[in-house]
Amino acid sequence: MSQAIITEQLRREFRVDKEGKRRETFVALDGVNLEVNRGEIFGLLGPNGAGKTTLIKILSTLLSPTSGRAVVGGFDVTSDPYSVRRIINMVSGGEHSGYGILTVRENLWLFSQLYGIPNKIALERIDRLMDIVGLSDRARTKVHKLSTGQRQKMNFIRGFISDPEILFLDEPTLGLDVETSRVIRRYIREWVDDRPDRTVLLTTHYMAEADQLCDRLAIVNQGKILACDTPSALKRRVGQDSVLEIEISAQAGQLQPLAELSAQRGVRRVAISSNGGGTLTHRLSVIVDGDGAIPEVLQFLAQRGAIVTGFKKTEPTLEDVFLELVGRRLTGENGSQVASKG
Amino acid sequence: MKTDLKWHLRVNVKAAIARAYVRVVGTNREFSWIFFDTLLPLLGTAAYVYVYRAMDAPEEYVGFVLLGGAMTAYWMNVLWNMASNFYFERQGWNLELYFIAPISRMAILAGMAIGGMFMTTIRAGSLLVLGSMLFNVRFNVSSVPLVVLAFVLTLVALYGLGMLFSSLFLMYGREAWHTSNLLQEPVYLLSGFYFPVRALGFYIAIAASIIPLTLGMDAVRQLVFSHLHFSLFPVQVEIAGLGVLGAGLLYAAAVALDRMERAAKQEGRLTLRWQ
Repeated sequence: MSQAIITEQLRREFRVDKEGKRRETFVALDGVNLEVNRGEIFGLLGPNGAGKTTLIKILSTLLSPTSGRAVVGGFDVTSDPYSVRRIINMVSGGEHSGYGILTVRENLWLFSQLYGIPNKIALERIDRLMDIVGLSDRARTKVHKLSTGQRQKMNFIRGFISDPEILFLDEPTLGLDVETSRVIRRYIREWVDDRPDRTVLLTTHYMAEADQLCDRLAIVNQGKILACDTPSALKRRVGQDSVLEIEISAQAGQLQPLAELSAQRGVRRVAISSNGGGTLTHRLSVIVDGDGAIPEVLQFLAQRGAIVTGFKKTEPTLEDVFLELVGRRLTGENGSQVASKG
Repeated sequence: MKTDLKWHLRVNVKAAIARAYVRVVGTNREFSWIFFDTLLPLLGTAAYVYVYRAMDAPEEYVGFVLLGGAMTAYWMNVLWNMASNFYFERQGWNLELYFIAPISRMAILAGMAIGGMFMTTIRAGSLLVLGSMLFNVRFNVSSVPLVVLAFVLTLVALYGLGMLFSSLFLMYGREAWHTSNLLQEPVYLLSGFYFPVRALGFYIAIAASIIPLTLGMDAVRQLVFSHLHFSLFPVQVEIAGLGVLGAGLLYAAAVALDRMERAAKQEGRLTLRWQ
């Protein structure tokens, strides 16, 4: 079986209390069909409340689906949960698992025992993983004395201790600094590449993380999968447009003729920004239909005496994909929610 | 199939040991228990000792009270550390990790019970030794093996009750917490912690025998104060009753846990922390 995870018309409803004791049905997952291949890192990308965590809870046997079917590693999550549990593990970002009175190493040992791992192997794995994520110096520190980031590192290690076939990572880098996030992303990639039967299902609302890490990803919103493909294929859906960020050095009087750039073949839009005053440095944002228009743009600028001091070509991002599919932005750069309409 | 059975056995034993480790090692890192769990209960027990002495009751009643005081530690452990543990584990994120692991939930509860019993035995033993020295209590043990048997069966039945409660806590959260609060004091009375349970009247004492401590304490008291006659039933009957209670409660706990887990998965109560 080449699929690690299959869901068919998966639906999950919750009965929620409303004012006046009236109960309403909230649909967290609405007919989700998904196939995750063995050996891939599959991402679920969506805003808070999209249904990502609900899906992971069902796949990890913590929650029953209202209807539909979910198969993990060839085992049905409803009828054969014990077989599923033998091959999975899960890490949730921001979780506070473990016992504060025990040390980091003791806590990790404890959780390794839930999978029957022999002590020697468990302790070797713990030490190696602590070394990788930079937690070795805290091995004998009681968990209640750890910082949030250190605790998250410990949780991350816990997920890998049982060497699962399928690992669910729910916002694994939440609350971690940039360097640690980078180390963790690199380790996830190496871990999957190391053995072809390992699979990771990852939820995130960090666009860069999804783009960098996932072989394929699904964009989820309001319990539905809106699109599912590789990050590059998803971005191609938005269009073939390229955005050129050009920095030029030019006198203020030379700017007016540059506006004619928009009339050039292949150029769709031009925006010029200056710092004002008598500054010589200006920034041009030029949207072109394809890469073929780039030489003509540069030639146009040179002919009008503008000196190109910087040039950057950008592709459509997953943020643009999300914007296109959902109609609003998902996150800011730092992961905070942006409520503006697209 | 054989390998699978062996694997299941190994993983569940390891899980139980690991969970017991938290109780044993964790508790020993907080030495405040010596004060809170030994010296403070001794004060409470001493009050009853002085009441009996003021009434010129037979000196053996001091031993009664001391034994009751020691057993109180087990009841408190079952009520607050055993029954409510799944509730606290859920608040602390650990419950999800136990429930996605390929282990029986009974293994986790067994680990809690073993760790709890071990630690509580140290506390109860300390209280008993200290109290015996302080109040000069004399025991007249008729059969050590029977005392051990009655005591072990009492603990099995008592912690079986704790396991049963834990699944109720899992399902009903804070509501069950209130129930535990409600149970605490009446059980002190109905089990005869500080007096022979026969004093309640025969029929009330029989009804109270559904609480494992009632039969357990009566049997142990009969065996360690063998020259006194205050029993509810003969020791053999009480030991048999404890055996039946223990087996029944453990079975009921396993069934309830299975049903509660299924219901909790349907209602999302395993993952919702605020309930």
